[in-house]
Amino acid sequence: MNKFWLVLGHTYVTKLKAKAFLITTAITCLLIIGLANIKTIIEFFTSDEQEHVAVIDRTESLYKALEKQVNREEITLTKITDMEDEAKRAVKEGEWDGLLILSMDAEGLPEAAYYANTIADNRTPEELERVLNELKTALSAAKIGLTEEQMAVLYQPVPFQKVALEENAKTEEELNQARSLVYVLLFAMYMFVLMYGGMMATEVATEKSSRVMEILVSSVSPVQHLFGKIIGVALVSLTQFFVFFAVGFTALKMNGQELWRFLGFDNVSMSIWVYALIFFLLGYLLYAVLFAVLGSLVSRVEDVQSAITPAMILVIVAFMIAMSGLNMPESAFIIGASFIPFFTPMLMFLRVGLVSVPMWEVALSFALLLTTIAVLIYIGAKVYRGGVLMYGRMNIFKDMKQAVQLTKK
Amino acid sequence: MSLEIIDVTKRFGQTTAVDHLTLTVPEGKMFGLLGANGAGKTTTFRMILGLLLPTEGTIRWQGESIDYSKSHLIGYLPEERGLYPKLKVQEQLLYLGRLRGMKKADIVPEINRWLERFHIRDYANKRVEELSKGNQQKIQFIAAVLHRPNLLILDEPFSGLDPVNVELLKEAVLDLKRNGTTIVFSSHRMEHVEELCEHVCILRSGQAIVSGALRELKRSFGRKNLLIRGEGAFEELKDFPGVLRYNQTAEGVRLQIANEETAQAIFRHIADRVTVRLFALEEPSLHDIFIEKVGAAYE
Repeated sequence: MNKFWLVLGHTYVTKLKAKAFLITTAITCLLIIGLANIKTIIEFFTSDEQEHVAVIDRTESLYKALEKQVNREEITLTKITDMEDEAKRAVKEGEWDGLLILSMDAEGLPEAAYYANTIADNRTPEELERVLNELKTALSAAKIGLTEEQMAVLYQPVPFQKVALEENAKTEEELNQARSLVYVLLFAMYMFVLMYGGMMATEVATEKSSRVMEILVSSVSPVQHLFGKIIGVALVSLTQFFVFFAVGFTALKMNGQELWRFLGFDNVSMSIWVYALIFFLLGYLLYAVLFAVLGSLVSRVEDVQSAITPAMILVIVAFMIAMSGLNMPESAFIIGASFIPFFTPMLMFLRVGLVSVPMWEVALSFALLLTTIAVLIYIGAKVYRGGVLMYGRMNIFKDMKQAVQLTKK
Repeated sequence: MSLEIIDVTKRFGQTTAVDHLTLTVPEGKMFGLLGANGAGKTTTFRMILGLLLPTEGTIRWQGESIDYSKSHLIGYLPEERGLYPKLKVQEQLLYLGRLRGMKKADIVPEINRWLERFHIRDYANKRVEELSKGNQQKIQFIAAVLHRPNLLILDEPFSGLDPVNVELLKEAVLDLKRNGTTIVFSSHRMEHVEELCEHVCILRSGQAIVSGALRELKRSFGRKNLLIRGEGAFEELKDFPGVLRYNQTAEGVRLQIANEETAQAIFRHIADRVTVRLFALEEPSLHDIFIEKVGAAYE
């Protein structure tokens, strides 16, 4: 047991001290801070970009209404005398950002043309078009003789309520919040497994390719070594996640209140967090064992990628199914798939997060998941024991067989 | 009280790597395992260490089988050399020493002592990948002996080293032996085994073809080598009674003879015919024994 802690500690400390790890963590933290402050950043770069648009008003009536309704933070309008060619030249020379010509068509409704050096930036013309559309609607309504009340009635949306009848079912608002939370957590789980599963396999393969493994397994049993590694890498990743989480949490609380509320983190029941944690850890354990064993089969670090591809695909498929399940958590397909151990961590979590799942179903999926982990650990320990002594070309299934054979008499 | 390998066979599927091998390594002695590549040396070592399980037979160290509870008593230098390339020498040895059950405080002075001895004191804080191959090998040797094991297994300890470092390592191995360590080492170089070991075993295709105490082997072999240098007609010695093999050398001949009496006879015979500058009777070499047993030259 003592040696298990040694391996764990060694893995944890060396990984944590690695330059690449520190740099990745720092960069990701910066990205998270940036994302939380995205609104401020965008505003910072666009604040001084007021568009100055010259207006030639041939209708003699629209300009005032237009100026009143246009978003004055972004666009400044200036009425100029009707000299189209000169005005266009002024736009070309950069005196104005754009030129808007307003006129009336035969039926007395407004028409407009917008001139600018480039029309790649859509925001200004779109804003102008929106305001003009409103003006046109108002004008038309006035022509037919509609009152403002009648207009209001016309534009009112249909009241449409969705109500769940089941007692524990979540209300629509709750569901939306749960959905975004489940989405975020699923995504975190997916990233976690992909990132650290790969790290796990690379760790093992590196020790093997540097041939230090034979010394290691002569002083500590492969099983202790395997678990020391798995838990060590898990702690490294949890440390990293904790840093990300702390940074993200602080940044969101400080600057991104809207995003925070949108994600619905405020009023989510405690049980979802607990489920998330449990499924997260079990899912990691399942995949970590799988990745470590695959890593133990290759003898060169370059071969790791191809060896872990099947497991990667499994993770990706699980994630895809989970994504499609976000909008139909009660379909038979999702329910069935949530009992397949490799999908359970994501899919069963998705289900408990979105709908109320009978307790026995959760218990059953747990049992299946735990059994699979146990079986995988048993096989994994055997393959690992032989795998670390095996060098040469690779062929996963043949190698697995050969590795198990090496542990026999 | 010794290392006993009793009728051990190891099969990998169809191939038999070790075939009914029986060896006894007396405690405190040095045992040499000779054999070409693929003869079964590494497999034998892995079985001694418990990394592989024998298909048949038993292996005992001091009457008990070896498992991880005894790993602090055993030192191992694998043939495939390898250390953590990115780790510093000191950190590396600390980790490996602790895995062998040592306390941190006991390891540091031991590391310093060994680094001093191998003249690589300055490398303690260098990363292993910055070291030369030879120096990496010294570090690996230190890792194998750091915890003062009772049983030390060295798989090709001298391969890839320059003569100066071979001497350095040989001295260290002999020192360990003087302190009572039982040492088993493998080599494909006969002269190393001949120089260091009291007991030898030559493996071929997993079978022991020669095995026993070296002195005993040589004595019972009977034949001796006779080296003569000088001027004159040596050809007639080819058919001299008792001469088993005749090799012309640059300055004379090298003969294998049946016994010491033959040497006396030859000495009398050539005394008047040849100007003798050197007449030496030598013990048979391990190589001679090997050729005799196998009927082919080694390697």
